[in-house]
Amino acid sequence: MATAFSATLPLHGSSQENRLCFPTRLPPSSSFLGSTRSLPVRRLNHAHAARRSPVVAVQEIVKEKKPTNPLLITKEEGLVLYEDMILGRSFEDMCAQMYYRGKMFGFVHLYNGQEAVSTGFIKLLTKSDSVVSTYRDHVHALSKGVSARAVMSELFGKVTGCCRGQGGSMHMFSKEHNMLGGFAFIGEGIPVATGAAFTSKYKREVLKQDCDDVTVAFFGDGTCNNGQFYECLNMAALYKLPIIFVVENNLWAIGMSHLRSTSDPEIWKKGPAFGMPGVHVDGMDVLKVREVAKEAVTRARRGEGPTLVECETYRFRGHSLADPDELRDAAEKAKYAARDPITALKKYLIENKLANEGELKTIEKKIDDLVEEAVEFADASPQPGRSQLLENVFADPKGFGIGPDGRYRCEDPKFTEGTAQV
Amino acid sequence: MAARIHGGAGAGAATALSTFNPKKLVAPSRTNLPAARSSKRYIVAAAGSDASKKSLRVGHSQKLIANAAVATKADTSATTGTGHELLLFEALQEGLEEEMDRDPHVCVMGEDVGHYGGSYKVTKGLADKFGDLRVLDTPICENAFTGMGIGAAMTGLRPVIEGMNMGFLLLAFNQISNNCGMLHYTSGGQFTIPVVIRGPGGVGRQLGAEHSQRLESYFQSIPGIQMVACSTPYNAKGLMKAAIRSENPVILFEHVLLYNLKEKIPDEEYICNLEEAEMVRPGEHITILTYSRMRYHVMQAAKTLVNKGYDPEVIDIRSLKPFDLYMIGNSVKKTHRVLIVEECMRTGGIGASLTAAINENFHDYLDAPVMCLSSQDVPTPYAGTLEEWTVVQPAQIVTAVEQLCQ
Repeated sequence: MATAFSATLPLHGSSQENRLCFPTRLPPSSSFLGSTRSLPVRRLNHAHAARRSPVVAVQEIVKEKKPTNPLLITKEEGLVLYEDMILGRSFEDMCAQMYYRGKMFGFVHLYNGQEAVSTGFIKLLTKSDSVVSTYRDHVHALSKGVSARAVMSELFGKVTGCCRGQGGSMHMFSKEHNMLGGFAFIGEGIPVATGAAFTSKYKREVLKQDCDDVTVAFFGDGTCNNGQFYECLNMAALYKLPIIFVVENNLWAIGMSHLRSTSDPEIWKKGPAFGMPGVHVDGMDVLKVREVAKEAVTRARRGEGPTLVECETYRFRGHSLADPDELRDAAEKAKYAARDPITALKKYLIENKLANEGELKTIEKKIDDLVEEAVEFADASPQPGRSQLLENVFADPKGFGIGPDGRYRCEDPKFTEGTAQV
Repeated sequence: MAARIHGGAGAGAATALSTFNPKKLVAPSRTNLPAARSSKRYIVAAAGSDASKKSLRVGHSQKLIANAAVATKADTSATTGTGHELLLFEALQEGLEEEMDRDPHVCVMGEDVGHYGGSYKVTKGLADKFGDLRVLDTPICENAFTGMGIGAAMTGLRPVIEGMNMGFLLLAFNQISNNCGMLHYTSGGQFTIPVVIRGPGGVGRQLGAEHSQRLESYFQSIPGIQMVACSTPYNAKGLMKAAIRSENPVILFEHVLLYNLKEKIPDEEYICNLEEAEMVRPGEHITILTYSRMRYHVMQAAKTLVNKGYDPEVIDIRSLKPFDLYMIGNSVKKTHRVLIVEECMRTGGIGASLTAAINENFHDYLDAPVMCLSSQDVPTPYAGTLEEWTVVQPAQIVTAVEQLCQ
């Protein structure tokens, strides 16, 4: 129970409403240091950086731009964001249903409530930018462009899954969409993301290619106590890699409250310690996330290095479908449920006349059909055959070695049938 | 220039070995071998055994080039005098440099590989030539920079990751096991991880327990990786090049005490086959399987054994994972006795796996139980005398052979 601590550190107790409003009207002040209290939305990074580290985000381009549109998004953008979040929500709800019907097994971690972070960041990326995630990766994969069919089939363990059924819930990979996984151990993906960012820099500086791909690494608050996180913050800042570290701080690591496990719970502060800007943003508000993301991605594309973004968010379900979710306070859950990012965006779109109920209902219906179709597709797909067991262990199957008969084992016809003894 | 270049990646099509003759399984005797070389410490391979392999593996003509290079190396170096002499670490460097020249995606990362030139000088001069980004000096964070190398490999580069000492790679075990070994499979074959993880390991001269570890036993179970151990300048360069060109993640084990071995290697380009073992000394009485530094202890013991009238066949297995069961099998079928000499720990080491593999596959051909001489199951002590008793010494090898050949 985190209530004893929440009195002293109003991490999630801010008086900040979920207001997606005109940019010059600042959100109401909160006593939480990392909030956007003293800063207009556009200059989020700048003040933090200037106060806390010599690294300053170049702001001229953003400062000088006069928004022709006083709203933060256009209608098209708004509908894209809405559709993406609805897709994430519907898909995860369907996963829960399928799990309890015995169609998928193992550990399944659902993303309900955190859609704003995924949509806010990934919808700004191009196809060649990379995303690295954790075990809570279904929605990251969907936002990045992996089809719902492929993800659902993968969850059902079918051949048509994005990883041929070999990965499962926690290993969503897609070479085509540059989704670099899906990792089961926390923190494991962060060095891989650093490597992808390194490749981007290498292509630009050594291979002299025109490459400004960025990598976005998503991970949680629990990971921020792990050594790999710090090692990578150091290297990313040192080599000025085009990477954005996004902390999805949902305050709980299974049953461990962030406040009980972390000496200084304000994760964004750890960025400046390594020489990169650290930003805290309301992760239940897709437009705020998007503004911060724009800044961070532009920074990375310009070659100015990494950014650490802490998104204050919340998962409406338990850690996984096996988690009874008894430790979390009902009041806390209710408070965040009231800040549901989808409801908030819907309200924004309607209030600012960007869309009407009908259009949004059409989108919801379309997504429902899409997810249903994905389930049907996955159900109808075949299970992997025996011959698939030994495929893909090695990129070059000669790695299975030379058998006693002098031939490479992979050349034995029985090997590909799956009946050979190895 | 006859560049003897191995075919490289991609399995050959399944071939019907129509000329397969079981009688030819046995390698011919060592009469084909130039007599002068049989007693030298750094014999690379016997021409004889490769000639027999040529006729058997008809479909593998591409792979044979590597062996052909070995076979004819004796001729070129000895007779024409071409080739150049260098130390093992220079051979590694040469191999690495040639590959970096050949493919701009090959890069190096590790601690002190750049400006310092590598703690064992394997990357000396490379940072000046290729720049600080291609030869990357990393901070001391093995887990993270190994993972970084893996991420870079997934997105198109071919990193060579150096562990300053193999023991430090224990810190990178998470990345090596979970990501390096498994990602090709868990991604359904979408991402390849063509990394080379290399570094010096093994028992040195009183380096203490942590710096004297043999990690091959810890890594051998990881699915999806290949492990090779080099032992001479010739196979060091060849294996380095083959490992870099391989699409699989390869762990290349070097030995701290072998870096200053000198040998003449060919001027022309060659690579060694990652999955094949090396015939060091053909023989009739007993098969001695070894790798890395123990090869030299075995050859020293072989001198004594030859004087006593024994004829040991010495094979450097080179490929620690997977084992070359063909060459090993042929040898067992000829001699019927096996002694494994390794520097790995007794429990769960490479020797233990090899014993199991031989017993499983060639049980009918054995006249005596497989004997395995390994290091003691102790943390390597600092004191010189104790350290000497931890590893297998030539005298023990001689005794074991005598025992097996009774």
